[in-house]
Amino acid sequence: MVTMLSSAAGTLVAAEEVALSDGGALAQYAWLMVVLPFVAALVITLYGKKTPKGGAYIAVASVAFVLVYGLVLLISHWANPITHTENFNIATVGQFDIEWGVVVDGLSIMMYFVVGAISTASFVYAVSYMEGDVRETAFWASFSLFAGAMLVLVSSANILQLIVGWELVGVASYLLIGHYWEQHENSSAAIKAFLVNKTADVGLVIGALIPALIVGSFRFHDILGAAVEGNPGIVKYGFIIGLLLFIGAMGKSAQFPFHVWLPDAMAGPTPVSALMHAATMVTAGVYLLGRMFPFYNSVAIDVLPIVMWIGGITMFIAGLLAIVQDDIKRVLAYSTVSQLGYMTAAMGAGAYTAGLFHLFTHAFFKSLLFLGAGSVIHAVHSNYMSDMGGLRKYMPTTFWTFGIGSLALAGFPLLAGFFSKDEILASLNYASSHGTPSATYVMWIGIVTAFVTAFYMARAVFLTFFGEYKGDPAHEPHESPAVMTVPLQALAVGAIVAGYFNVPGIFTPFTDWLSGREFAPGDHHPESFDVFVLIAGTLAGLAGIAIGYNFFFADGESQKARDSRFRLPKPIHTLLVNKYYIDDLYMLIVEFIRRPLANAANWLNGLIDAVVSGTGILTASIGRFVYEGLDQRGIDASINAIGGGTGEAGAALRYLQTGKVQQYAAALFFGVLALVAAFFVWTSI
Amino acid sequence: MTIAQFAILGGLLFSIGVYGVLVRRNAVLVLLSVELMMTAVNINLVAFGRYFDNIAGQIFSLFVIAVAAAEVGIGLAIVLLIFRNRASANVDELDLLRW
Repeated sequence: MVTMLSSAAGTLVAAEEVALSDGGALAQYAWLMVVLPFVAALVITLYGKKTPKGGAYIAVASVAFVLVYGLVLLISHWANPITHTENFNIATVGQFDIEWGVVVDGLSIMMYFVVGAISTASFVYAVSYMEGDVRETAFWASFSLFAGAMLVLVSSANILQLIVGWELVGVASYLLIGHYWEQHENSSAAIKAFLVNKTADVGLVIGALIPALIVGSFRFHDILGAAVEGNPGIVKYGFIIGLLLFIGAMGKSAQFPFHVWLPDAMAGPTPVSALMHAATMVTAGVYLLGRMFPFYNSVAIDVLPIVMWIGGITMFIAGLLAIVQDDIKRVLAYSTVSQLGYMTAAMGAGAYTAGLFHLFTHAFFKSLLFLGAGSVIHAVHSNYMSDMGGLRKYMPTTFWTFGIGSLALAGFPLLAGFFSKDEILASLNYASSHGTPSATYVMWIGIVTAFVTAFYMARAVFLTFFGEYKGDPAHEPHESPAVMTVPLQALAVGAIVAGYFNVPGIFTPFTDWLSGREFAPGDHHPESFDVFVLIAGTLAGLAGIAIGYNFFFADGESQKARDSRFRLPKPIHTLLVNKYYIDDLYMLIVEFIRRPLANAANWLNGLIDAVVSGTGILTASIGRFVYEGLDQRGIDASINAIGGGTGEAGAALRYLQTGKVQQYAAALFFGVLALVAAFFVWTSI
Repeated sequence: MTIAQFAILGGLLFSIGVYGVLVRRNAVLVLLSVELMMTAVNINLVAFGRYFDNIAGQIFSLFVIAVAAAEVGIGLAIVLLIFRNRASANVDELDLLRW
């Protein structure tokens, strides 16, 4: 099969080989993939209500285009590695060019394909799942925006654009998590996701600005180039930049201690969870690490052990949490956090390919699991596994696809998760003997987590599909329509075959895809299977399934009987149910900061109020004094007195005006006489 | 003849004019009294012009006569119109301009 695939690709690409030597038109028009989902989102926003199913088909068409284009790009890249960057200048600010770019290289092509494939499956599925929803149009607009935002992120040629895509993903996820905002907990979950991400984003923004200021450009090409060439400024600040960028990645990729938002993000509709957990949101952090990997591997090499240990801690604690969940989506959510821990640990061990390969395979089986869980929830009308049971008889297609996804996640031999997880463990083992001794411990954590993973997935499958149906007896569950099961089957095929794209030492096209980029990262991984790790990991997985079978597999047995058989020590159980009290700790911290902050703000506000009011009162009293004292009593009164006096005088004197000419003449005459008399008196003195 | 005799004659004529203006009610007679006052002034002008041997006094009196003729013409026209309007030319009844 492997040879068949490669030869098929070979013939397909042979015809286009000349045109695609540097990417050609195919790479130049890759921006269409990024733009179309946004166009779809806009069209749905404007005209969605007038189109059937709230514009669902427009959204599906846009992501189907991404899938086809991504697949063609991937096959072309396979035949003839493409490294192409389109840059569109938007504005120039000082020394900085603000650009919108589209990178077409191995890493981004892989992501285009994954985003396209998972989006198409989720979108097709959602056509039926979301039918008749209260805000169907809003859902489709946000969902298209979500896919488009992720494409902006993965296509970014500069770190500024990456931040834009990063935040767009955050906004779209906020809209989708809070889709059913009528329930307070859902809108709280949306706000929590947004705020936790924002907290981590501080690291990303600062970590992005420092290298840009040093290098004078936001382009990855320039920043990575400076790192590889050993630019002194970049070398000097390499550690802090690497750490800050990793903090940003920890937020989006839900690494401890920022993992708390992801399980709550289950509040959104199930197709959103599938897309968010597989392709669009949580992979962003791992993608950032992958994009910046040449940087980490050259100037920030000291950050990598931290990355590895964060991944190790995350995978283990999240895996344990999945054991005690009753909500099937929460089991899968914690599983996602745990698997992201694997990817991060692989990145930290310097295994660029292994980490991204796990991202690739995980995308298929995790979206499959979420969509399968959605199918079950759709049938049972409950998220809780205690309401399920025995569903394999009612929903055969969902059962076998979900089963394949679970086995793939559990690392069952020859399924996708088996290969990628084994590569991560082997890389950790390799790193422990090549400069990072502590990787041994992380490897053992990984093996234990593989056991835990298999155990909780076995629990989920047995509780959901085996035993007897425990839900509402009046409502018999039924299989979902074909529009939902076909995506499940397609993804199940992906969950089986995705692992074969990177079989160490035998067939490694995935490694070649990812190394087809600028500044190909120095990858640390063994060239062939690591037999010890292979056996240990596989045994851990099988042991997990077996023990899960032992505890939870029993047809016709009640939930209570099964739970009584599997009993964690009381304190541990309490600790896990309360999620290690991390949420409570955060609330405590927030409360601790919030209260004094609120009091201080209140006090300051009072102070400002007092100043403002005092000024107001003072101004008013001055005004009153001026008005009453100066204006009314002084100026007005004197003006009135003059006016009044003139009036009075006029009133008194007007009677002199008799109208009789002779009186006037007499007055004139006697006046002159008086003047003459006065003159004589004056001169005679 | 001494200058004092002319001055006394002028003063008498002026006083008669003033008396006429202040006392007579008929507007025509008032105007006549005004003419008397002007005549008194003319006599004074001519007399003092002769006395100081200055021809300007006589010339000035000619101007006064011309102006007086015009003034009497206008004055009589006004009196005539008032009479036509009110069937009376008594100045003490013409008090429309009083307060």
